[in-house]
Amino acid sequence: MSAEYVDYATGEPIADTKAPSGPVNERWDTRRFEAKLVNPANRRKHTVIVVGTGLAGGSAGATLAEQGYHVVQFCYQDSPRRAHSIAAQGGINAAKNYRNDGDSVYRLFYDTVKGGDFRARESNVHRLAQISVEIIDQCVAQGVPFAREYGGLLDTRSFGGVQVSRTFYARGQTGQQLLLGAYQALSRQIAAGNVEMHPRTEMLDLIIVDGKARGIVARDLITGKISTYFADAVVLASGGYGNVFYLSTNAMNSNATAIWRAHRRGAYFANPCFTQIHPTCIPRTGDHQSKLTLMSESLRNDGRIWVPKAKGDTRPANQIPEDERDYYLERIYPSFGNLVPRDIASRAAKNVCDEGRGVGPGGQGVYLDFADAIKRMGRKAVEAKYGNLFDMYQRITDEDPYQVPMRIYPAVHYTMGGLWVDYDLQTTIPGLFAIGEANFSDHGANRLGASALMQGLADGYFVLPATINDYLARNPHKDEIDASHPAAVETVRETEDRLARLLAVDGDRTPDSFHREVGELMWEFCGMARTDTGLRKALERIPQIREEFWRRIKVPGTGEEFNQSLEKANRIVDYLELAELMCLDALHRAESCGGHFREESQTPDGEAARRDDEFGYAAAWEFTGTGQAPTLHKEDLVFEYVHPTQRSYA
Amino acid sequence: MKLTLRVWRQKNADAEGTMSTYEVDGISSDMSFLEMLDTLNEELILKGEDPVAFDHDCREGICGACSLVINGDAHGPERTTTCQLHMRSFKDGDTIDIEPWRASAFPVIKDLVVDRSAFDRIIQSGGYITAPTGSAPEAHATPVPKPDADLAFEHAECIGCGACVAACPNGAAMLFTSAKINHLNTLPQGAPERETRVLDMVAQMDEEGFGGCTLTGECATACPKGIPLMSITSMNKEWLRATRKVAKR
Amino acid sequence: MARTVWDSSVGKKTVMAVSGVIMLLYLVAHVIGNLKIFFGAGEFNHYAHWLRTVGEPFMHYEWTLWLIRVVLVVAVVAHAVSAYQLSRRDIKARPSKYVHKKPKASYATRTMRWGGIILALFIVWHILDLTTGTVHSGGFQEGHPYQNVVDTFSTWYGNVIYIVAMLALGLHIQHGFWSAAQTLGVGSRTRDRALKTTGNVLALLLTAGFIAVPVGVMTGVVS
Repeated sequence: MSAEYVDYATGEPIADTKAPSGPVNERWDTRRFEAKLVNPANRRKHTVIVVGTGLAGGSAGATLAEQGYHVVQFCYQDSPRRAHSIAAQGGINAAKNYRNDGDSVYRLFYDTVKGGDFRARESNVHRLAQISVEIIDQCVAQGVPFAREYGGLLDTRSFGGVQVSRTFYARGQTGQQLLLGAYQALSRQIAAGNVEMHPRTEMLDLIIVDGKARGIVARDLITGKISTYFADAVVLASGGYGNVFYLSTNAMNSNATAIWRAHRRGAYFANPCFTQIHPTCIPRTGDHQSKLTLMSESLRNDGRIWVPKAKGDTRPANQIPEDERDYYLERIYPSFGNLVPRDIASRAAKNVCDEGRGVGPGGQGVYLDFADAIKRMGRKAVEAKYGNLFDMYQRITDEDPYQVPMRIYPAVHYTMGGLWVDYDLQTTIPGLFAIGEANFSDHGANRLGASALMQGLADGYFVLPATINDYLARNPHKDEIDASHPAAVETVRETEDRLARLLAVDGDRTPDSFHREVGELMWEFCGMARTDTGLRKALERIPQIREEFWRRIKVPGTGEEFNQSLEKANRIVDYLELAELMCLDALHRAESCGGHFREESQTPDGEAARRDDEFGYAAAWEFTGTGQAPTLHKEDLVFEYVHPTQRSYA
Repeated sequence: MKLTLRVWRQKNADAEGTMSTYEVDGISSDMSFLEMLDTLNEELILKGEDPVAFDHDCREGICGACSLVINGDAHGPERTTTCQLHMRSFKDGDTIDIEPWRASAFPVIKDLVVDRSAFDRIIQSGGYITAPTGSAPEAHATPVPKPDADLAFEHAECIGCGACVAACPNGAAMLFTSAKINHLNTLPQGAPERETRVLDMVAQMDEEGFGGCTLTGECATACPKGIPLMSITSMNKEWLRATRKVAKR
Repeated sequence: MARTVWDSSVGKKTVMAVSGVIMLLYLVAHVIGNLKIFFGAGEFNHYAHWLRTVGEPFMHYEWTLWLIRVVLVVAVVAHAVSAYQLSRRDIKARPSKYVHKKPKASYATRTMRWGGIILALFIVWHILDLTTGTVHSGGFQEGHPYQNVVDTFSTWYGNVIYIVAMLALGLHIQHGFWSAAQTLGVGSRTRDRALKTTGNVLALLLTAGFIAVPVGVMTGVVS
């Protein structure tokens, strides 16, 4: 008998047993010292599977191989160089204090815990801040061409509303340059034979033997062949799940299958409702829209955001007189103005559009106006500062932002939630690790700008390679397993059945039509502002879509060939389950915090109201069956150093 | 608008390919080129036909996955990637020819999808700086003059899409290879492997079956990231220098 | 090192560039010598004789000339063989053409291969005509180059072959000079304009200088 999905069960609390106690700044040293090591001569006998080749996966694969492990790595792209980390623009934070502006490891730690709205673990965040310094050294040594000053030293800028200048960058392509650095390090190990790379190969399930992660089932996307791969440990570095929303700034093929399949096999999924909506994206132009493009947040430094005061005002922007414009961020938040944090700016844009004052097609946009900046600084200066962004905007929209104000609208950008991991980045399945955006650990309920790159590389270059030793040393697998093992046979059979079922339906709706439908539902009810009623509505609707999906999906072709429709449909199967969990998590967390805004929980002036007494925990969900209410395991968050306070930007 | 598309269809690597004609209607000028193809594919799926396979991922011009030759131009008529090309570059009633990258080093996998793993092997042969994790000195230990850092960055912008190879009448990978060599050889960090890097990467490039350079300049014209033709000149210089140095050793 | 150079596409291109530059230097000397024809048979024939005695007494009669000939033959062969091998490689690298064709590179660039073949055939004819006299029209006279030249350009086909070849030479040098500079790595952003101009000027001067001779004969300035 299946329980209603809204009525979840609460299980045993969960605790991070790996984080050492003691002063926060000594914990990482302590853990590294206590972790068992694997004798260098024995390392090549251990195989580690790494899924994904982004900043986290690429750096982890390269580093594990350098240490002597045998790495078998996968990516769905045609080359490891194309992982979506490549699209990150802004920069990477590091507590180098090169500016002598008062930055320190402790300040980065403090800012990140506070920025995450007190829903992240102190131990993890402090480790991240410590390692940030080493990341920059590592990347420079690899030849990452960071921006430099005339003296030849590294340049930094301030980013995302912090008061110190700690963001290292390579023009607007920091993610690309860092990823290529990791890709090149990985390439060196591939050439050396230490990494066995499988591009165009997608992980479709996890193989568990005796309760431990021992391998994966993967599909060769060219031939369609389903194969099994075995290892002593499996590392998931497959990124976030923002594509549940259909429209997001994620790459088209970024997907949640690896982490969702791991979740179905027993890995807890933590804080799935924590998604970050970025306020400055180019608005959609119509139903054909396939993805959204981010415009760097730095534009808010000089652009002024406004909408017409009157509802349904369709006059072109330059015909709306000054006194009929509402510079709403400057009005509501006089001291921070246009520079309020991402979640606040996004929500304010949604509010004015909901009032019917949005601009552009469908009224889903607000103006970001540079007229005053051009008047003040001159066109030349604006061009020097933002020229490439203006060009990009013009290419996409065919509007000249020097003449007419840009139109922007918030879009799904990053997911803070992910697989629950302990201090060692190990999930609740022994031998299964999750790194980068795929895990939930460091950003709490909201991620600060330029911190995603930092976390991905910290996990991949430094944390995982240190902690995985301990697991491998304590779990020597004497038994050789192969494709004939019953667990492998069963997992392969389930995967093949699922694909066969998708191909057999032969209905009348395309995979994209379902993806769009669930995406729009999620955006409406589990997007920037969430309500009890809305979430319940979504929870009622999702199983219906899922039922319709299995009745009406049409996937052309066969499974034994290059079949992009089949790839898509199979990913949607998982979105249709994950969406449900996200809504449930959002429903159960009856507080507002970071990227999660519950309309029922706000201050009198409309700001997010956290409820630390009730919700000061990370919510780790255990899978119990498709459409069956999952079990909630709470991990209490303890703040010994940074004490929770309410954010205020008015 | 209404368009006629002539698209290269090829079932798999071993099959013969041919141009097939399709009509698409209701195309908005705000659509990206790939969204136009999405529209075609949605129709094909509902008709029970095989949709057109093409590589794409980030759709914001940085991952380098998209790779179409449109009316004879790699990435189409604008200097950008296919995913950033918009339908406003075309007129109602146009006939558009869409073909895959063509080079023997980039065999077709299906329709418009080609195998570019040769690029990965060129990088594997030396397109890196040996700096195992943990071995790095303090970042400010080696200052890099700003002009050098900027020059390295300009070449590091390459997205590995392969438009240079597709545009080159000789199917040469000189621009791709030179971009990486110049990126790393310009920086002091890249100096210890400066000679082996260029010699090994050029050798691998030859090994993969890419053609040679006749300096037609078409690679640089097609490059969506504006890697300059002069990049090849610098690589030639590095290669000659390395050949002389290694001979003396 | 020789092996490395010859086995590499970049190395082979270097061989082409170096041999091309050698031939180009020779052509500059050649055109200057040719222009002496406008100063009469005496001066021209005297110059031709000097070519055989240059370097004496250190060199024996015609030794210098033969040395130059050997260098030139090596250059021509190296240039042609590497061009042939590189072209084979290029064609193999791009076996199937685009259905939608669109010529884009400059005319000079696109005609390097055909131009090269035309020039190779021309060189054979040119030597048989004015060095050995094998195919010379109207009685080849050893030691009387002035008369031999006038004879050649008194026939319509002599003029046609020569002028077509010299136009091909101009185009070949226009792209070849700049191209060789890139191959040898001497090009740079600041130098690019100067290199292109030098290539164009050289192409123009050499073509004009060479063509001046048949034009001179045709118009009766030289007779």
